[in-house]
Amino acid sequence: MAWDRNQMAARAAQELQDGWYVNLGIGIPTLVSNYIPEGVHVTLQSENGMLGMGPFPFAGEEDPDLINAGKQTITELPQTAYFDSATSFAMIRGGKIAMAILGGMEVSENGDLANWMVPGKLVKGMGGAMDLVAGVGRVVVVMDHTNKHGDSKVLKECTLPLTGKSVVDRIITNLGVLDVVEGGLKIVECADGVTEDELRAATEATIVG
Amino acid sequence: MKKVYANAAEALDGLLFDGMLIAAGGFGLCGIPELLIAAIRDAGTKDLTVASNNAGVDDFGLGVLLQTRQVKKMISSYVGENAEFMRQYLSGELELEFNPQGTLAERMRAAGAGIPGFYTKTGVGTVIADGKEVKNFNGQDYILETGLFADLAIVKAWKADETGNLVFRKTARNFNHPAATCGKVCVVEVEEIVPTGSLDPDNIHLPGIYVHRIIQGQHEKRIEQRTVRQREEA
Repeated sequence: MAWDRNQMAARAAQELQDGWYVNLGIGIPTLVSNYIPEGVHVTLQSENGMLGMGPFPFAGEEDPDLINAGKQTITELPQTAYFDSATSFAMIRGGKIAMAILGGMEVSENGDLANWMVPGKLVKGMGGAMDLVAGVGRVVVVMDHTNKHGDSKVLKECTLPLTGKSVVDRIITNLGVLDVVEGGLKIVECADGVTEDELRAATEATIVG
Repeated sequence: MKKVYANAAEALDGLLFDGMLIAAGGFGLCGIPELLIAAIRDAGTKDLTVASNNAGVDDFGLGVLLQTRQVKKMISSYVGENAEFMRQYLSGELELEFNPQGTLAERMRAAGAGIPGFYTKTGVGTVIADGKEVKNFNGQDYILETGLFADLAIVKAWKADETGNLVFRKTARNFNHPAATCGKVCVVEVEEIVPTGSLDPDNIHLPGIYVHRIIQGQHEKRIEQRTVRQREEA
């Protein structure tokens, strides 16, 4: 037993606090918007130039001029504001965004994040991820704990090119929640049906406490 | 001086040369200068360096200039949607300079504002910092990035007046604004040119001082990822 994608997104949604401006990355992080707790009002930033991102449009109401950073058609809300890309990253770099929830390929015990390329194989690019991890108040990474071969993605040191160095605050995986602290990672909680021993066994990084 | 031209080919006349650096607006396929891209394809200008957040898809947007091998180098943050781009890059036919998205936007903005370099914390400790000056401010490291001064900016806006004042629409503004400012010459395509005086001066997104030539035309405005939700049954 462990959390599935939606349960990971639901757990990540518990990180949101009322009044926050938040950026959600592509993949599981996008699902977080489906689980925002009752009474918590957050404004979602889309780094292509929008605050106040609304849900997907109804069929027939798609607007090619209105997309999110994953290039998906979306809608606006009453509080929506649009701006250009330089302004968008000014607010990101300037520390105005409280939190980013991002996907990851690898995270290390000192909070390094790799999520933008696999040399020689997969060249997608960092998009806005490097700016986000450098600029926002808090970085939460949501990803599977291990790769398809069963190898840990929570490592002593990342093997892939970094997105940012010492930037991750919290990791939410299918097996549990870990915080980056002095000296390594600290277990915050285990996923449903996952024991602490199982979580430790799947983690290559140093676990403290 | 007259800024309105009849079509994209006329608007680009005399501006294109082999080996030039072009800054292009757009994000994915949203707000891309599709008419100007097609005219550059038809002009056959070669060895281009193109600064654009993305490279379109295989058969639309900047992807068409990759298919015709007119592009020598891309400066982009994300190229994941374009198989031909990936193929040319991995085989060494195409140079690629990855810029973090915010760094790319700021490089354009800075150049347009006459700023040749700026320090940013984006990319510190990553390959992006390789070979770049690192400077510490108040205990934090920053890297030196340079302004991106383009020979030509190609931009898509929603409306323009005859003096080049621009209004963008929704998230199609994206890189069009910073790209427009960083070109020695800026050519803009719009959906509608309106008479001077009919735009609200308080709601001009980009003043016409940045805009040299304008065309009006029909846009395909292709959607890259059509995502919808179901209506709740009554």
